[in-house]
Amino acid sequence: MATKVVMEALSPTMEEGRLVEWKKQEGEAVAVGDVLAEVETDKAVMELVARTGGTLLKQLVAAGATVPVSSPVGWIGSAGETVDGGGAASGQPAAPAAAPPKAPTPQPAAAAPSPPPAAPAPPAAPAPSTGRVKASPLARKIAADQGVDLSTVSGSGPEGRVIKRDLSAGQRAGAPAGQTASRPIARPSEGPSYEDVPLTQIRKTIAKRLVQSIGPIPTFYLTSEVDMERVAEARGALNEAAGEQGKISFNDIVLKAVATALQQHPGCNAWWQDDHVRIWHEVHLGMAVAIEDGLITPVIRNAEAKSLREIGSETRDLAKRARERKLKPEEYTGSTFSVSNLGMFDIEHFTAIINPPEAGILAIGSIAAVPAAVNGEVQVRRRMRMTMSCDHRVIDGATGAQFLKTLKLLLENPLALVW
Amino acid sequence: MATFDVIVLGGGPAGYTCAIRAAQLGFATAVVEKDKLGGVCVNIGCIPTKALLHSAYALNLVHHDAKALGIDVEGSVKGNYGVAMKRSRQVSDQNSRGVEYLMKKHKITVLKGQGVLQPGKKIKVGADVHEAKQAVVIATGSRVKGIPQIGLELNKTTIISSDEALFLEQAPVSLAIVGAGAVGSEFADIFNAFGTKVTLIEALPRILPIEDAEASDVLTKSYRKRGITVLAGAKVLKATVGPKEVTLEVEAGGKTEKVTVEKVLMAAGRAVNTEGMGFQESGVQLTDRGFVKVNPATLETTAQGVYCIGDVAGPPMLAHKGSREGTFVAELLAGQHPHPIKYDNVPSVTYCHPEVASIGLTEDQVKEKQLEYQVGRFPMSANGRARASIETEGFVKIIRDKKYGEILGAHIVASHASEMIHELVVARENEYTVEEVDLAIHAHPTLSEATAEACLDSMGRALNI
Repeated sequence: MATKVVMEALSPTMEEGRLVEWKKQEGEAVAVGDVLAEVETDKAVMELVARTGGTLLKQLVAAGATVPVSSPVGWIGSAGETVDGGGAASGQPAAPAAAPPKAPTPQPAAAAPSPPPAAPAPPAAPAPSTGRVKASPLARKIAADQGVDLSTVSGSGPEGRVIKRDLSAGQRAGAPAGQTASRPIARPSEGPSYEDVPLTQIRKTIAKRLVQSIGPIPTFYLTSEVDMERVAEARGALNEAAGEQGKISFNDIVLKAVATALQQHPGCNAWWQDDHVRIWHEVHLGMAVAIEDGLITPVIRNAEAKSLREIGSETRDLAKRARERKLKPEEYTGSTFSVSNLGMFDIEHFTAIINPPEAGILAIGSIAAVPAAVNGEVQVRRRMRMTMSCDHRVIDGATGAQFLKTLKLLLENPLALVW
Repeated sequence: MATFDVIVLGGGPAGYTCAIRAAQLGFATAVVEKDKLGGVCVNIGCIPTKALLHSAYALNLVHHDAKALGIDVEGSVKGNYGVAMKRSRQVSDQNSRGVEYLMKKHKITVLKGQGVLQPGKKIKVGADVHEAKQAVVIATGSRVKGIPQIGLELNKTTIISSDEALFLEQAPVSLAIVGAGAVGSEFADIFNAFGTKVTLIEALPRILPIEDAEASDVLTKSYRKRGITVLAGAKVLKATVGPKEVTLEVEAGGKTEKVTVEKVLMAAGRAVNTEGMGFQESGVQLTDRGFVKVNPATLETTAQGVYCIGDVAGPPMLAHKGSREGTFVAELLAGQHPHPIKYDNVPSVTYCHPEVASIGLTEDQVKEKQLEYQVGRFPMSANGRARASIETEGFVKIIRDKKYGEILGAHIVASHASEMIHELVVARENEYTVEEVDLAIHAHPTLSEATAEACLDSMGRALNI
């Protein structure tokens, strides 16, 4: 019988690993202890070793794919044995660069509708995207009784099976963040959440010369002053309506506006990857938080798809746990753009240091009442200065300036955020 | 001095299983054992008592049912405890050699001698110090204990433990057993069958106190019918130990009586082995109750890289719980995410006749937790297979959640309860409810049909009663 090879937790905090390179190919003999693949964890590149001997029958994921811990990555068995090549049970999408399937089985685009079961079926739940949901009979009974769609519940049983614990009142009611996280996030299109753009010759030359000139990350800075009167009004009104529950801060609004602006200027929502630039379609917003002896940047995932209130509650939760040092590695890695706010310290203006491989970071100053010209008259207005540090290898002056202009527009007309 | 990836301190069921799994996962592994491989379980516990219980079963069968079964017995039928004991020793030795073979098969180094833990994942055995690169796993187990406070200190002649009972050349004329848990109840069954006048004394209100009250009741009746004196809710006030006999003053039901016996078998609890092995010096702390303190999620002790499994890591003190902890730790060390151990789903079995087996909560516990429940029962006397074998004592009792049918507890008293219970262990582990147990077709005629019927009965639709 063939044995599944799973992604192992190679460090105590590891939740997923990127399979950097297969060291054994399909059909190759492996002995216990042989290195099967190199895996990049949140900390380092480590070795995934064989726990059983035989022949590597199947690589279920291609090099470069990121796989959650405990998910299958391959099969070891005796030569010639056939194995389940899907590994789909784990719900893991095939990597974009997956090896061509050996014998593609033609799949009908949509399975023929099966006849309705004879027994009275419970009211149809929205069809889950991944087909059959793994759940224990007890969990199914509880879910049917409570009207819970099992496909929205993340299972903690073997191979993601939904068990009673996942449906218990405390588990669901106590975790509003989990509720929203299980909601499908709108994607600009099917497929990967980013696009890798090859470097043109001119970009390569710009990169090389700029690095020579200023250091590994050739940074330039753009500053813009924003009138925050409308934001202040909007915030006041929203918070009055919200009561004690879910108050929002200026920072929440800035974060929301940054996420929206980045969607319109994906060129600023990008990673420098040495031989290419990765332009992200999703916005994973890093938020610098001061902690006792340093700084950490928790990440608001898919900020572009989250409401102001969701961003607000998530920000407070992340900041709190950051100060308690309770963040999991995946909660402070993988951001596509960062924001650092020192406004609360009455800093009018500063420049922030880029968090590589991100290409930009925005430094937010204090909101101060200052004299400003409005329609030809001097008025006292609440204004805020923001400064963007840009990696010139990715972002040119005009690209950064356009992003800032959009951001300024959004903050000066906060209604535009709900467009 | 040698270096290993994993060194396991103790070669009992927890330790040797941990070592095998670690070796399977590619770790260079060693086991330290001062005595025979297999530990208490194989050598002076689970295994030899099962051999003796089988003799007791055969004796009872011939005594009580020979005529009905069509077996003519010429003359009197007598047990010979010495012979049965010798066979039990052979079984133990066979099993211990089996463990030795398994160590060889998996290329596990067996370090003979008393191991002493040293700081920094090192173990001293004799003059040699061995180092573990990955982890040391403590699996030092437990041992019998007496109650010196009331004069019942083990003297190995008149006041004995299971350690001595397993090596007696003949059954004593009379025996008082103090403690009616699994060990005490099994020895009561054994010695009664070999003709000993047995008094079974339990401080708690009933024998097998951790089992469901209905199970205790059935066993009490069965024991009394066979001539075992059962004193439950009984307190031993004083013991007077003479050279050939012991007199116990026992208070039960408001009365004090004197019980004079040839030997007293102490079966009231066990002490864990934590002394003299360098635990404290190496940073391994103990709990208030004397077990090694572990992180319940990882079984790591307070010393980094030192893990603890089996009896010494805490209750329930059962071989199968320890061996599962062994594989759990080995897989954890290999970076896997082992299936979490559900301590509320560890089966409990007493191999007396009839056998008593259970999983989950008793009815008293369900009441205490104020859960909404429904009970289903099926008596073995209504089961065809049980009647065919003249083994009609007992029942299957299912306690299910009222709303969803979750199996909260299951209790079986039957000739083969130890084998029947696993259907319900599997069900609970996978969250099958009483419905799924019934939906699986049960072969006819089997004792297990009683389990399906009890599940049906809990839904108010038993078929065969």
